[in-house]
Amino acid sequence: MKILTGNDLKTGAVVWWDGTGWSKYVNSAADVGDEGDIIIAREEGARRVFAAYAIDAERSADGVRPAHIKDRIRAHGPTVRDDLTLNPGDPDTSNWVI
Amino acid sequence: MTEPQLRFRDDEVVSDPAVTVDSFGDQSNATAVRIEPGDDARALLPHLDRLRLIEVNFPAYTDGRGYSAARILREAGYTGELRAVGDVLIDQLSNMKRCGFDSFAPDHPLNEADAKAALDCWPDVYQATTDGRTPIWTKRHG
Amino acid sequence: MYKYDTYDQAMVDARVAEFRDQVRRRLDGSLTEEQFRPLRLMNGLYLQLHAYMLRVAVPYGTLSSAQMRMLGDIADKYDRGYGHFTTRQNIQYNWIKLEDAGDLLADLASVEMHAIQTSGNCIRNISSDQYAGAAAEELVDPRPYAELLRQWSSFHPEFMYLPRKFKIAVIASETDRAAMKLHDIGIKLVKNDAGEIGAQFYVGGGMGRTPMIAPMIREFVPLDQLITYAEACLRVYNRYGRRDNKYKARIKILVHEIGADEYARQAEEEFAHLLGQGVEPPIAELERIKTYFQDPPFEAGAPDTLDRSDPDFALWVDRNCVTHKQPGYISATISLKPVGGIPGDASADQIRLMADLARDYSFDECRVTHAQNIVLPHVRKADLYVLWQKLDAAGLGAANLDRIGDIIACPGLDYCSLANARSIPIAQKISERFAAQEKQDAIGEMKLKISGCINACGHHHAGHIGILGVDKKGVENYQLLLGGSEGEDTSLGKITGPGFDEEGIVDAVEKAADVYLANKQGEERFLDTYRRIGIDPFKEAIYD
Repeated sequence: MKILTGNDLKTGAVVWWDGTGWSKYVNSAADVGDEGDIIIAREEGARRVFAAYAIDAERSADGVRPAHIKDRIRAHGPTVRDDLTLNPGDPDTSNWVI
Repeated sequence: MTEPQLRFRDDEVVSDPAVTVDSFGDQSNATAVRIEPGDDARALLPHLDRLRLIEVNFPAYTDGRGYSAARILREAGYTGELRAVGDVLIDQLSNMKRCGFDSFAPDHPLNEADAKAALDCWPDVYQATTDGRTPIWTKRHG
Repeated sequence: MYKYDTYDQAMVDARVAEFRDQVRRRLDGSLTEEQFRPLRLMNGLYLQLHAYMLRVAVPYGTLSSAQMRMLGDIADKYDRGYGHFTTRQNIQYNWIKLEDAGDLLADLASVEMHAIQTSGNCIRNISSDQYAGAAAEELVDPRPYAELLRQWSSFHPEFMYLPRKFKIAVIASETDRAAMKLHDIGIKLVKNDAGEIGAQFYVGGGMGRTPMIAPMIREFVPLDQLITYAEACLRVYNRYGRRDNKYKARIKILVHEIGADEYARQAEEEFAHLLGQGVEPPIAELERIKTYFQDPPFEAGAPDTLDRSDPDFALWVDRNCVTHKQPGYISATISLKPVGGIPGDASADQIRLMADLARDYSFDECRVTHAQNIVLPHVRKADLYVLWQKLDAAGLGAANLDRIGDIIACPGLDYCSLANARSIPIAQKISERFAAQEKQDAIGEMKLKISGCINACGHHHAGHIGILGVDKKGVENYQLLLGGSEGEDTSLGKITGPGFDEEGIVDAVEKAADVYLANKQGEERFLDTYRRIGIDPFKEAIYD
């Protein structure tokens, strides 16, 4: 699947396009098919996000997994600070990144 | 020639067509020239006395060669109009003015209030250029 | 240390106001991201992997305790309780909100700090020797010259849109602790035959994807022409540095392509012209700045002995402290490299503690080193034991300066949007592998440096052992380099061969260390042995 990610303009937070808005959680990411460029242009134009781009990902029973490690680290947080991830204190989630 | 939106001169706007640096040498009656980023501003130095307008083009505002071109011309004593044209934006105006530009013809019109605020931003300056401002260093030591 | 006068303060305050206005125009749509990007970068605000990152300038690495304390408070107030000290003697915060940036800069300005030109294609923060003003063997304190250059380069109207970023280092000792020859301009203060102090200019060094050692382009610039000469160097670069290819835009490529002699000739020509333009500050300005860098009131006759009866303390003194020019004093390095830790990271509480210790034990001053540690430059030997106890209790007592555990590492793919591989986990694994004191002691002086991409923020080219993270078809892979140095004997490391995975690179480092131990003669350091026996014995062991 193709999903969109970018950063919230005001806070810089990593966000994922969920079909109607931007979510902090990669598991909410929606498949945008070939609509990515259109959505990015509209959303950046409205200054809701910036630096948005489309990536490949896979959906499984466990959720949405970006194809590239860089985007998995974006989705998760730094692998060296378990306390700063979206699931603080759960060391297993770092393994998801690798 | 490009109509300036901002101009800090009292004389009449020069409306002569600006020729390229390359063709300028052959056109002994030309009084306006346009410098592109790769041109050597020093090629104009022998002809400064007949020039009334020098346009310095910024095809992209991130290409800073035009700042050096402007200072070189002013340092050589050029007193005619020095006009920044092209991708000229609000947040670069102040530095351009410090380097000797006294007129600005942006591709896209600038918000006048924001432009004025940007030009008035700096209470003082550290460096000496030919813009007439007294550097902090000089003020400190009378 | 230097104190702002009303002029300096007004400039920094104006910058805060300017940036607030730029943020306003970004948020209301007057500025596009493309137009805003260089503006935020010139205020140190990047977009990194997870959020905006703000890099705060620490001019020539010197901080007062009030400034250090503010850095800790900012970590709590605007970030997530920590900061990262960088290889350019700065500090950066990883989780800053754009809407908070103006307030953060105002807080910085309240303690005479800023984030001006900590990024962007302009002249960056000036770096220097972390032992400046304390080192026994220095010619003069290099910081007044660095401060003069700071003022000159701040908001320089001609040089805000250079072909690429521009880094300057200033030193004044024979021992180079600032990687001077790996900067765009390296300045070494020297004395000429007439006994006058002047500036020796090295131009065109750098790391990155094309590492180069800067050639000397002028042996001696008189101090009353220092700024004029620097301006000439920059103007030649601004006019003729390549702009067609981002990767060939640094001044090192210009100097390399036209040759050091031709570059020097052009700089001389521009210099001769600029000498008539009045760009030089009055020499009285340098004298004014120097008055801020006089020695603190050292206690005459302070006891010059140490009670070494506590072996852990004695070890820390031997590893982390260096001789001071003043008898009875010592310069102490606080290692930010605990075993398994993140190199250069410090919590808000640790930063505030270091601020208190600087106030109580080091005449209100501390320094950031390019090796991502903190120095208390002027500690009375009589206070050293108490100081160490406080550091140790706060997890800041690692005794490993310039040892294999004292690893330089960039943030890597855990934080950086440019990185290809993670750096920090490699640093953690290596420091754990070599945690045993006997192991560290056997290996002795070792500068191990890790970068997560070829931009080389982790100085891998200049490590005795260097590690470069690359992306191999979506998988992290690590190349090993040997033989680099960023000291006065600057050299560039050589890649040993094919790369390794995460475990493999740690093994390879251990094998390299074993080759050294097996071949070491006398007092040789790893680097000395490598230089004597060459890369082949290492390759054989590593790829066996």
